[in-house]
Amino acid sequence: MAVKTSKKAASIDMTAMCDVAFLLLTFFILTATAKVPEALPVDMPASTVQSKLPESNLATLTIGKGKVFFDIKGKEVRIQTLEKMAEKYGLEFTDENKTEFSLMEGFGVDIASLKSIIEMKSADRIKADQPGIPKDSLDNQLADWLKIARQANIDINDKELEIAIKGDSKEEYPSIKKVMDILQDQGVNSFSLVTGLRGKNF
Amino acid sequence: MAELNTGDGGGGKDKKVRSKKQNSKVDLTAMVDLAFLLITFFMLTTTLSKPKAMELGLPDKEKDDDKNVDIKVDENRTMTILLGKDNKLVRYVGLLETPVAGGTPKDFTYGKEGIRKELLNRKASVLKYTGDPKKGMIVIIKPGKKSNYRNLVDILDEMGIVEVPTYAIVNDFSPAELKLLEGK
Repeated sequence: MAVKTSKKAASIDMTAMCDVAFLLLTFFILTATAKVPEALPVDMPASTVQSKLPESNLATLTIGKGKVFFDIKGKEVRIQTLEKMAEKYGLEFTDENKTEFSLMEGFGVDIASLKSIIEMKSADRIKADQPGIPKDSLDNQLADWLKIARQANIDINDKELEIAIKGDSKEEYPSIKKVMDILQDQGVNSFSLVTGLRGKNF
Repeated sequence: MAELNTGDGGGGKDKKVRSKKQNSKVDLTAMVDLAFLLITFFMLTTTLSKPKAMELGLPDKEKDDDKNVDIKVDENRTMTILLGKDNKLVRYVGLLETPVAGGTPKDFTYGKEGIRKELLNRKASVLKYTGDPKKGMIVIIKPGKKSNYRNLVDILDEMGIVEVPTYAIVNDFSPAELKLLEGK
């Protein structure tokens, strides 16, 4: 009799455990945000810094191959930024354009051709060879985008927009410096550099 | 549980019913294993893939020139790091014309065995020299035109690891420094 009971206890009922495991699995799959394809893929340098990039209230300047791409987080901020930029450059955007713009990823074109980029499908947008936002002293659209986005963020979120620079590891320093100079010209002296993670005992 | 029913001959009606009852339970061990493996995978990827942000504060740009002239810094506390092309890194301690003992311009590599050792040594010796924890080492980082972004992030990271109290990014080069970077 005693032998028989010990044999029974050797197999545990796994049903409940299985249920819990799959519940957690479903949770993690659903919360994991799908990676948005980037308009300008860059290879970030790694660092041992632990602080995370904020999720909202952020503008990212992606620098790679001498081009600069711009991206803001937050739908409302994006729409207002686009409206103000359109006003400044005397361009017209439809309401559909604005909604599409609020959902799309970063961009890197002259504002005059932004409309055609917005109207593309997102798969085509990545393939389209975007030339980067003009940033020379004669036609400094990047500075305008930054200034207007910062103002829009203050209007909507009542906070100063945080700015992150996401550069390609192989990018030469002068083009990073150029963007830093544009930021400093607007009195933005502190910003973040986006990096990947590296092991602690580097 | 997933044992085979080796027919042990002449199964009566009674025995057949019993064996059926045993097989109705499915072995879930492998399934649970798989589920937990996937959970671990998703947990780690969601938290680890988030990019990190390195905070960087730069000094005010306006009227920088007048201010910089006025600040007098003990040359024994300063180390200048020049970044050049192809991951070249040159450092000197003190003034370039009259470097501190052991501080003549020298090439270093990035990472643990290279510049970090030198930074740690120099940090300790500066503390010994000043005898005041508030007056630590000052590092001036000069990224050259041919240096790349990875070099800059690496050296800033190094500042964080070594905990250099004061460091600054400076962009102007003296002709002698340019020669150091390009020559040899």
